[in-house]
Amino acid sequence: MAEKTYDWSAIAKSPKFIELHHKKTAFLFGWWIFSLVYYFLLPIGAAYAPGLFKIQILGRVNFGYIFALSQFFVSWGLAMYYAHVANKDFDRLTRELVSELH
Amino acid sequence: MKRLLIALGCVLSLSFAAYAAEPAAAPDTKPAVAAPAPATATAPAVTPAVPPVAAAPAKAATPTTLKANPKVTIPIFLIIIGATMCVVVWSAKKTKSASDFYTAGGGITGTQNGWAIAGDYMSAASFLGISGMISLYGYDGFMYSVGWLVAYITVLLIVAEPCRNAGKYTLGDILSFRTDPKPVRAVAAISTVAVSTFYLTAQMVGAGKLMQLLIGIPYKTAIIGVGILMVGYVVFGGMTATTWVQIIKAGLLMTGTFVLSILVAIKSGFSPLQFFNDIATNQNIIDHVKLLPIYLKESAAGTATADAGQRFLEPGLFLTNPLDQISLGMALVLGTAGMPHILMRFFTVPTAQAARKSVIVAMFIIGFFYILTTLLGFGAAINVTPQAIKSVDAGGNMAAMMLAKQLGGEFSPFLGDLLLAFLCAVAFATILAVVSGLVLAASAAIAHDIYVNVIKNGHADQHEQVMAARITSFCVGAVGIAIGIAAEKQNVAHLVALAFAVASSGNLPVVVMSLFWKKFNTAGVVAGLVVGTVASIGLVMISPNMTYPEVVANNAKAAYTKLEGDIAAGKVKPEAMEKTMNTIEAKKAEEIKNRGGKSMLGLSKPLFGLKNPGILSIPLGFIAAILATLAFPSKKAEEMWDEVYVRQNTGLGMAKAVDH
Repeated sequence: MAEKTYDWSAIAKSPKFIELHHKKTAFLFGWWIFSLVYYFLLPIGAAYAPGLFKIQILGRVNFGYIFALSQFFVSWGLAMYYAHVANKDFDRLTRELVSELH
Repeated sequence: MKRLLIALGCVLSLSFAAYAAEPAAAPDTKPAVAAPAPATATAPAVTPAVPPVAAAPAKAATPTTLKANPKVTIPIFLIIIGATMCVVVWSAKKTKSASDFYTAGGGITGTQNGWAIAGDYMSAASFLGISGMISLYGYDGFMYSVGWLVAYITVLLIVAEPCRNAGKYTLGDILSFRTDPKPVRAVAAISTVAVSTFYLTAQMVGAGKLMQLLIGIPYKTAIIGVGILMVGYVVFGGMTATTWVQIIKAGLLMTGTFVLSILVAIKSGFSPLQFFNDIATNQNIIDHVKLLPIYLKESAAGTATADAGQRFLEPGLFLTNPLDQISLGMALVLGTAGMPHILMRFFTVPTAQAARKSVIVAMFIIGFFYILTTLLGFGAAINVTPQAIKSVDAGGNMAAMMLAKQLGGEFSPFLGDLLLAFLCAVAFATILAVVSGLVLAASAAIAHDIYVNVIKNGHADQHEQVMAARITSFCVGAVGIAIGIAAEKQNVAHLVALAFAVASSGNLPVVVMSLFWKKFNTAGVVAGLVVGTVASIGLVMISPNMTYPEVVANNAKAAYTKLEGDIAAGKVKPEAMEKTMNTIEAKKAEEIKNRGGKSMLGLSKPLFGLKNPGILSIPLGFIAAILATLAFPSKKAEEMWDEVYVRQNTGLGMAKAVDH
């Protein structure tokens, strides 16, 4: 396989790459931690705040059910939001970076 | 091609043989069959220590056994097997290079891969186990299912795209980039094989029991049949066939679940509020809740709610140990991203964008599936009744099947049989898709990491690589069949939890640090993998998952003491007296048999109180990796960091889809 050789450390120091790196790191780890916290609120809440989970909100539907269901929508929402940001920002920066190299 | 036809012939004749052998089996007489897997990872119902409780007052009209009609089931099975065989023939022609074999030449699209990920991931246990758990314990089953979707956020944000850019075929590829390849690949391969074997064993045993229960195929025949199909897909069709089997399975599973959900929804006039009202006011559910141990305990303490039906919609009927829950949650959320057969799926797409898209597609399918599963679970509780579900399988695993038969049967008996047969076929396809993915991942680790890169130093031509991969797949499959047969009588439910624990404590820490930490090096990878894996396995070996004869004996003693007390207090009705006396005798025999015995590791009681080791083993995996990295710094690893980081972020210099 004929592989093009790149000066990796020069790319790593280029402003475009640094911008990409900062934006990505902040976004990815920030939202990852958010999703973990939001998820673990479910088992923790169910165990230590059962009173809250029992409150009936819509007819027989209680807070616990809505909260568990919200996990699905939050996950989907986050996935869509990430796709949006990645397609718009990260991919654009990557393309610009790659085209500068060629 | 000739071999292919022979294999096909073998499989077909085998399925007929299984059909012919059917009447010989008498699974009805078996006590509660252990569950097909993860959902029951925490279920007390599958621990042998818990006696199969005699069915609660079953209603006259409810069935106590569930049998699919072979006249409908066998043709559907044959259609599915035939369709997958066509896929295998077609993919075998396309599988020429190692890249074709392991990653379908990188030619899978994002959407296809999304379906395949969903097909790889949703096991029969998710489908049958979780709906069963909901049908017996309500809210807790639903809560349990959430972690399986949330896990994909980690996959999406942290591992999918960098792995696509950094890896080629296996976990070992990602980890060995800037480290000393031989030890790293060897350890990565061992951990991959360990995870795959645990998961595979649970799936195989589940498959055997499920087929035995549903269609009456003898256990061994079922295992051999599933095994031959799985080996056939992987050996001949490689990743292309595996991918398409997974896509077909995901399609079938979603169709079956969707149709059944619609039937459930019709019952409540498509109104969610009405549906919840139906659950909470159902007399059978109320009776069932009132007999649950937790409810009895609450009643004794005076904290029980009078509205037992509503209690079914509240947490705590089943998952009673919050730490265990959190520990399981950690293993799921972090382990999925470390599962070798899931990681491998990202090498089949051409770009990071396609990898991203595939995770998002998979998340929608998986999430939608679990929401529908809730409908099935509650629907089964309303329509089939928890009492009837429990009488067929104490773990509730047959809930969805019984629901299909009943709701279809309300239109016509044939439709009931048809729906049940369809769901049996779906469960069968589900098992095949999951085990094929696992066999492929394990074979890739052995053939690509150990054989090609450690033994042959990377010097093997395409033909040799493909041959090695095929032979390895064949051997892995054969071993899988052997283990499946040997483990028939074992309690395998905890093996799925164990697979996730190893993936989250061993694989995930080192993958994340390889991708994001400049200083990370060989020592870190080896230490992280070894400590994470050993800690998970070790903690499970001393956990309540194992059988402790002394504990069994104590439980038996408690059970007969209580019954004797009941008799003394005159609480046992005369007509139930004989049965009670028999139970007491059996319990006494059980106590004598187990008293003084030791667990596999010679313990008389668990040293570690949780069934899921994640909460302890995951931090241990991280700490070991960090400490070893700092203790043995490597200049090479740090120097190559720029390259690794630029590559994984930009995809520059990526191993191209087709190797020339």
